[in-house]
Amino acid sequence: MFTQEARDIVVNGLWKQNPGIVQILGLCPLLAISNNVVNALSLGLATTLVMTVSNGAVALVRNLIPHAIRIPVFILIVAALVTVVDLLMHAYLLSLYLVLGIFIPLIVTNCIVLARVEAFASKRSTWHSVLDGAFMGLGLTLVLLTLGAVREAFGKGTLLSGLDLALGPRAAAWTIHLAPGYDGFLLAILPPGAFIGLGLLIALRNLIELRKKEHGPHPA
Amino acid sequence: MKRLMRSAVSNGLALVAFSVAGTALLAGTYGLTLGTIARSEQAKQQALLAQTLPEGSFDADLIAHTVAADPLLGTKKPGQAYLARKDGKGSGVVLEVTAPDGYAGEIKLLVGILADGRLGGVRVVKHKETPGLGDYIEVEKNPWIRQFDGLSLNQAPAAQWRVRKDGGRFDYLAGATITPRAIVKAVARALQYFERHKAELLAGAKE
Repeated sequence: MFTQEARDIVVNGLWKQNPGIVQILGLCPLLAISNNVVNALSLGLATTLVMTVSNGAVALVRNLIPHAIRIPVFILIVAALVTVVDLLMHAYLLSLYLVLGIFIPLIVTNCIVLARVEAFASKRSTWHSVLDGAFMGLGLTLVLLTLGAVREAFGKGTLLSGLDLALGPRAAAWTIHLAPGYDGFLLAILPPGAFIGLGLLIALRNLIELRKKEHGPHPA
Repeated sequence: MKRLMRSAVSNGLALVAFSVAGTALLAGTYGLTLGTIARSEQAKQQALLAQTLPEGSFDADLIAHTVAADPLLGTKKPGQAYLARKDGKGSGVVLEVTAPDGYAGEIKLLVGILADGRLGGVRVVKHKETPGLGDYIEVEKNPWIRQFDGLSLNQAPAAQWRVRKDGGRFDYLAGATITPRAIVKAVARALQYFERHKAELLAGAKE
């Protein structure tokens, strides 16, 4: 079902061109909020939603947009769609909105959204653009999730705290306490912890890529 | 020159077309969702209001009336006070209070005070404190804000209306002291406001 091209898009989003650890785009708001698993996952999913919708919409009308004014038109489309998503979620998916809602306006200004629209959706078919938006978003979500897990584990000694805000009081019991009596390590929760954590993730990815090149012949 | 002119005009027209389409889409969605959103915001405010007074302390719908701005409330514009009644008499009041000195700007609170001067409860309506650090003031995230329940100015002398770090009686979480400090101060001021304006607040006479 998936052509080679579609498969390339998936691999690019998740690994080869991962927006979080390869393109390193639009991380300002993301770093600030990746201090626990639940926040990181919420923000990641909200970004994925916005990127999928905006890539699809721009690809649909890409032949109608004059080249000289494409950037303002892209911004207009992205901002309008995000506001629509925001309003619709607020009205009809209130419980989801209470968790994701505060992140959505943050995402409009995120340059990864505009970067994918300009670099991909304005030149490619609608289906491939939607796929690219979804997997670039998921790639970013994976990075945020890892970062959130590491920061929460080191900073607070827990995982999944605050899950009850998303899934109701039942989920409060799902919080994992890694080390009882652990006092926490504030640096990991504060913004510097995000930069240090992200640096380590990038280094890890580079290490894996380097190992891959050393072992086994690299396809030309 | 003519070609340049023509392309400028056609680009301008295209931009106008996209703006009109975008505005129409937004206006349509806004109109569609307006009612539903207003209802859910109102429900949220009502739910918060009900949490600031203990169950059984009132038996009729709260009556909203406007109170003038006051430094003790931290407000710069007139706000709302909600009168609670039981058996036809004023049994308590919920004040809209602003703590101006949060870590990231103002913190808006609802402070419920019973007729005898005890706190019914305090709830945070709106704040911009650091997520994951200063947001333990939200009752959904931490029971911290419940330690105000039942306190009054008589019960706890003025010197105790501080966080423990400053020699007072209120707990706080390490790493975020500015936020609870701001709230403790604002709640103490709201109680003073209540003492001064008790009669008119409970009569609900002020228009």
